[in-house]
Amino acid sequence: MNTIGKPISRVDGKLKVTGSARYSAEFDMPGLCYAVLVQSTIPAGRIAGMDDSLARKAAGVLAVLTPENAQRLPGAEKRLSLLQDNQVYYNGQPVAVVVAEKLEEAHHAASLIKIRYSVSAPKLDFVAGFPSSHPGNHNGEPGDMSWGDVDGALKDSDIKIDQVYTTPIHHHNPMEPHAAIAQWNGDELTVHESAQDISGHRAKLAKLFGVQESNVRLICLFVGGGFGCKGPLWSHVPLAAMAARQVNRPVKIVLERPQMFGPVGARPRTHQRLTVGATREGKLTAIRHEVHAHTSVIEDYLESSAFPTRVMYGCPNVSTIHRIVDLNLGTPTYTRAPGVATGTYALEVAMDELAYKLNMDPLQLRLLNYTENDPQTKLPFTGKHLRDCYTRAAERFGWSNRTREPRSMRDGSQLIGWGVATETYPANRRPASALVRFKPDGRVLVATGTHEIGNGIYTIMIQTAADALNVSPDLIDAQLGDTALPPAPITAGSMTVASVTPAIQTAAERVRTRLLQMAVADSGSPVHDASVDEVDFKDGLIFRKLSPNRSEKLGDFIARNGGQPIEGIAHVEPDETLKQKFASHSFGAVFAEVSVDPDLGPTRVRRVTAVYDVGKVLNEKTARSQFIGGIVWGIGLALHEDSHMDARTGRIVNENLADYHVPVNADIGEIDVSAIDIADTHLNPLGARGIGEIGITGTAAAVANAIYHATGKRIRDLPITPQKLIA
Amino acid sequence: MTTENSSRTSTVPETDSEEYSSVNPATDMIDCKLSRRDFVKTVGYFTGAGALGLQLISVETIVECAPLEFSASAHTVELTVNGLVHKLTMDTRVTLLDALREYLKLTGTKKGCDHGQCGACTVLVNGRRINSCLSLAVTHQGDQITTIEGLSGGEELHPLQTAFIEHDGFQCGYCTPGQICSAVALLEEARRGDASFVTPDLAHTGRVELTPEEIRERMSGNVCRCGAYPGIVQAVQTASRTL
Repeated sequence: MNTIGKPISRVDGKLKVTGSARYSAEFDMPGLCYAVLVQSTIPAGRIAGMDDSLARKAAGVLAVLTPENAQRLPGAEKRLSLLQDNQVYYNGQPVAVVVAEKLEEAHHAASLIKIRYSVSAPKLDFVAGFPSSHPGNHNGEPGDMSWGDVDGALKDSDIKIDQVYTTPIHHHNPMEPHAAIAQWNGDELTVHESAQDISGHRAKLAKLFGVQESNVRLICLFVGGGFGCKGPLWSHVPLAAMAARQVNRPVKIVLERPQMFGPVGARPRTHQRLTVGATREGKLTAIRHEVHAHTSVIEDYLESSAFPTRVMYGCPNVSTIHRIVDLNLGTPTYTRAPGVATGTYALEVAMDELAYKLNMDPLQLRLLNYTENDPQTKLPFTGKHLRDCYTRAAERFGWSNRTREPRSMRDGSQLIGWGVATETYPANRRPASALVRFKPDGRVLVATGTHEIGNGIYTIMIQTAADALNVSPDLIDAQLGDTALPPAPITAGSMTVASVTPAIQTAAERVRTRLLQMAVADSGSPVHDASVDEVDFKDGLIFRKLSPNRSEKLGDFIARNGGQPIEGIAHVEPDETLKQKFASHSFGAVFAEVSVDPDLGPTRVRRVTAVYDVGKVLNEKTARSQFIGGIVWGIGLALHEDSHMDARTGRIVNENLADYHVPVNADIGEIDVSAIDIADTHLNPLGARGIGEIGITGTAAAVANAIYHATGKRIRDLPITPQKLIA
Repeated sequence: MTTENSSRTSTVPETDSEEYSSVNPATDMIDCKLSRRDFVKTVGYFTGAGALGLQLISVETIVECAPLEFSASAHTVELTVNGLVHKLTMDTRVTLLDALREYLKLTGTKKGCDHGQCGACTVLVNGRRINSCLSLAVTHQGDQITTIEGLSGGEELHPLQTAFIEHDGFQCGYCTPGQICSAVALLEEARRGDASFVTPDLAHTGRVELTPEEIRERMSGNVCRCGAYPGIVQAVQTASRTL
């Protein structure tokens, strides 16, 4: 088979377009009842008293969980709000749970709970928190890293850019809200949860409740979008399990849309100062990237915005610094291209500013500072074809027709602007396991505990197994999203394919070898007594290579051999020494055309062209959607998304989808995406580097740069809304 | 300070802003003579509902505590969904969306926001697209309701369903049933000649040409967070040619 790379339609497409795909809140079971969260309405302090008497008496109510009566958990941790004490750390924190027979009853009863608070002075002023900010790290990588002599080089620079770029709080807002159904059977807990990390959540739930991991099962067949917020375990899941234990029935909890703006993560606010020095010819001499970002008072999360500055351009003197400001807000977390989306916005706008100061084409400036090696470690890249991305994307976009001066291009009354930016995202891979099973009915099962989140992994799993086994994809079924299956890593960091496909390939090789060994040893088989090398398995037939007519169907062979499935399982670890030899990143070039109404200010992104170097593309159709989705997010970052925090109460005031603007269909113009498609086999055998996040990187900068080109106005505070352009 | 509020509707601490900002972190407890409850009640009486909308929401809950008097009433309704009649006795507060998902177990229709802001719950009622989360189930006696489950004829997919798969007009799939139901109605609206915000000639009667711009505009009530909009536009355009 040769299915890898082909634009194969999603194998789960039919389930999704008919409404048959089963998301986590859509499982029915006897006795299912409903839980609703009650949230704090103050940002800091403690609960002085809670009157739940009316709620308890309300129709249909089965239980009210409060800090006073909630089960004490042996493994409770401060980062979660599990009613273990009466402290309030942010507005919107879960402070009670109501369980009722029906959803409407739970909602109503929740509105009857009266809470008295003792209010403390909250920390809500981001900038005022800078003096008391502290360092941190991101996934174990230190927030601070420097090389060369930045101060000296800046002093000697011919040209200098020194600007501050700011990005607001974002909330992920997948279309499917967080949801969980928890059910206990003795000490065994089963949870249907919309999650990006079922293995991780299982481990955490086991620890919280003090039970063996093997006693906890997480199931998630489809994730209705996550973008990072379903990576960590949040409070509502253990709360549902606590409620289920209390009422001794399965309990369903689905967060309401406003509840998606606080207790389940966010992209933190950033304040980024970029100081860039260059020679008169445009060679970078120094970059200092200082980032302030917020976290909560209960857990550190570092938005690593300066990380892309460590890899993007050849520069002898670089300093990247991050400081975290603790605020009384819900803990932020990974959001599509964490750090890189916000960081490439600042860096790539600074590069555009430098290009204008140098009177140089912004694409030319990037080519001039191109680096063939990782600028920090000097290691070679596992593969880097960014130059081809620039060239191909510029040609497809028609960049050579651009006139340089701001406000020099028009279409009728509209100002037209063209902008460019570089994109990048690190290539990640983690250990993963998979099984491949030949079934008695002649079909093949490929399974691993990964997550279908729109990434198309059901399809990619089948393609990988089909090619590894020489079996038609039509004969293969895929199973995922269950901790009863061999574990896979968190679906995040653009690493699912890079991690999971090597495990599938190895498992396929093992089951194939096992089958052939069994076949040659079986006196009833037409390949009996041949050596394993002399026989083969293809399209469901076991046969002798030299006389293919001497063959047997897989199903017949299994039936004769006891009717039991034949299975291969593999656990595959990435090569940890790779990091000592290579740097591994994806790159891309993105060009945007905007039109701006000079009187009223609205910006429209008319078209975007992007070309990516992401290693091998495994499925052209699903990959295209991943790239486009990232670009749409980049447009939202540039123009729309902005969670407004009430400065007194710490509540997000636009906590709904009418006031928190995400791009809608009419916001998106023509998008032209393609990939260089050169396999990077250093990282994994298929040579794929992951594609879920790179599309958002750079895009906001390309749009912001295009807006400058259209209007001559440099807006350094996202989103670029009409009022900022007509101010 | 020790104050009181109702937990779910108010987003403002039960203290007026001056007292709030004057809280000394070192002595975090302050006696509050005039509780916010009394404060807003007083203000509310004198200013009416307009100026202090946010606070008054909380006042209404605290002062009136209306829910005390509330008792849910059950009502029997016959819902005709995808041609089948279901007789349901339900709390009158149940929305059409929750009736479909939680009572009839037709979970193809999705809940995204419950506020009519995302379109995930779009179904067809007598051929028109509506947000089923904004409609109470008991109001639909006698209506013909079509959900995503009712679009395909058995194994045979609706041309829009086929086109969504072909053009990859989705990723996670959660908004997809709403997108497709919306698109079914869109095609009928265009056939009928209904104009949209971007229709160039409002005097024109008869079928509206479904350009990408028309489709984008007419599909903008359905949010796709995965950003599959270009595929959605292609899928609707393809299906419009075959239907």
